[in-house]
Amino acid sequence: MTAATEAHRAIEAIWRIESARLMAGLARVVGDIGTAEELAQDALVAALEQWPTEGVPERPGAWLMSTAKHRAIDLIRRRKTLERKHEEIGRDLARDQEGLDMDKATGEEVGDDLLGLIFTACHPVLSKDARVALTLRVLGGLTTEEIARAFLLPVSTIAQRIVRAKRTLAEAHVRFAIPEGAERKARLAAVLEVIYLIFNEGFSATAGNDWVRPALCEEALRLGRILAELTPSEPEVHGVVALMEIQASRLRARVGPSGEPVLLLDQDRAHWDRLLIRRGLAALERAERLGGALGPYALQAAIAACHARAATAAETDWMRIVALYDAVAQLAPSPVVELNRAVAVGMAFGPGAGLDLVDALVGEPSLKSYHLLPAVRGDLLRKLGRSKEARAEFERAASLTENLRERELLQKRAAECAAERMEQVSDSD
Amino acid sequence: MRVLIMAKEGNQSGAATPPTPEAMAEYQKFDEELVKAGVVLEAGRLHPSSQGKRVRFDGKKRTVIDGPFAEAKELVAGYWLWQVRSIDEALEWLKRAPYEGGTFEVREVAEYEGM
Repeated sequence: MTAATEAHRAIEAIWRIESARLMAGLARVVGDIGTAEELAQDALVAALEQWPTEGVPERPGAWLMSTAKHRAIDLIRRRKTLERKHEEIGRDLARDQEGLDMDKATGEEVGDDLLGLIFTACHPVLSKDARVALTLRVLGGLTTEEIARAFLLPVSTIAQRIVRAKRTLAEAHVRFAIPEGAERKARLAAVLEVIYLIFNEGFSATAGNDWVRPALCEEALRLGRILAELTPSEPEVHGVVALMEIQASRLRARVGPSGEPVLLLDQDRAHWDRLLIRRGLAALERAERLGGALGPYALQAAIAACHARAATAAETDWMRIVALYDAVAQLAPSPVVELNRAVAVGMAFGPGAGLDLVDALVGEPSLKSYHLLPAVRGDLLRKLGRSKEARAEFERAASLTENLRERELLQKRAAECAAERMEQVSDSD
Repeated sequence: MRVLIMAKEGNQSGAATPPTPEAMAEYQKFDEELVKAGVVLEAGRLHPSSQGKRVRFDGKKRTVIDGPFAEAKELVAGYWLWQVRSIDEALEWLKRAPYEGGTFEVREVAEYEGM
């Protein structure tokens, strides 16, 4: 490996480590994340120019920060000649300059900056897609290309989303800040939603040929773990981390040898990741200790924990899962929650009871093209021996999913029902 | 990816010299930074090898050997399990550790194919 390649690899790794803190520190000073990101990128370009020949500095984070700060001062001076009102910011900058070496900033200050960055990237003026892209970019340190690859979208689409997101934030005059009081709760919920969206796209890919994309799950988990350290007294943050850790523990077991999905109850539990389960249960306990047992994410984590604690599928405490779904339904009623509850009821009290609940959802407009409705219904019908109806449901579900692997699984179920039907017909002869 | 970091500090055959309070504070600060960055999955320190055992396999025969073990520089004194995006990232983190001596080995944990 040449020295230049080595330096480039080191820069890439350093960027992953430093970029969020760098942008957060800059955003606090310049007030918006669009400018902060440009300044950070300028510093990166300078590193790419200088480090391969001059060597990687001893404290690369501090080097990047001071380079970016110099550029920030230049930029603001230039702006100042146009707009006198920026004078104050310029003065702040000059004053901050000595103290803004990141190594000197206290842990708390860095933490506050990062938190501000998370809240801004997940600001409600942005669309969900924009929040996801911006969060991965400024907090995950991912390049536009990497985000595009992870979401199976053209690079130009992601680039546009990020540009538009920054413009939207600027136009709405969103100042870089940590929300307080009543606003904080709603804004925190928006942040958790973005993190869990990223996780879920990796955990049950909605499109494409792969059933899971673990890299996205890892990014989301990392963001969640960072947030949990930044806001240790927020129960729902631990709730969402618990949910992700426990779900991620099944990633390996969720995919069969040829990439096909393996559903929860069919998974080989020996392949579950005990370390992640342990971490997840600990996070759940933290959420509960903080009085957050009934938060929407903590409840879902508690459901995931019921599965994680069961040594075999047969040992699952379905009664408790039904009770937890009852609580979820009270808190945030939705047809999807009802569907999940119906599955649990079917397991706890028999397929007939589950089917009654699912049938009540059949006319639900929001589930009209949701493939899991016919998939669940098919499953319950099959257990009741109504193979012909079950087959039609599985076929319908297969036609509704966008994921290739899931479609194959559903088609296989339909074929199995057809075979069972043949047996039933010959039995009755 | 997950990487296992093994701290091979040497002089672990007997009782280790306890670090100074200042050094301990430095280690702790570094540990905290790693945890805050969402990197650490697990961490642990091992008792000195004088309390350790080895089991040697030779066909059907098993021989239990009591510590301390001779190859002091190769002895693992502690470990971390990190979640990182690349070996390079692990190396960049590790270089920041406030240690004055010893060798740290970085090994990727074999896992399912990630992206």
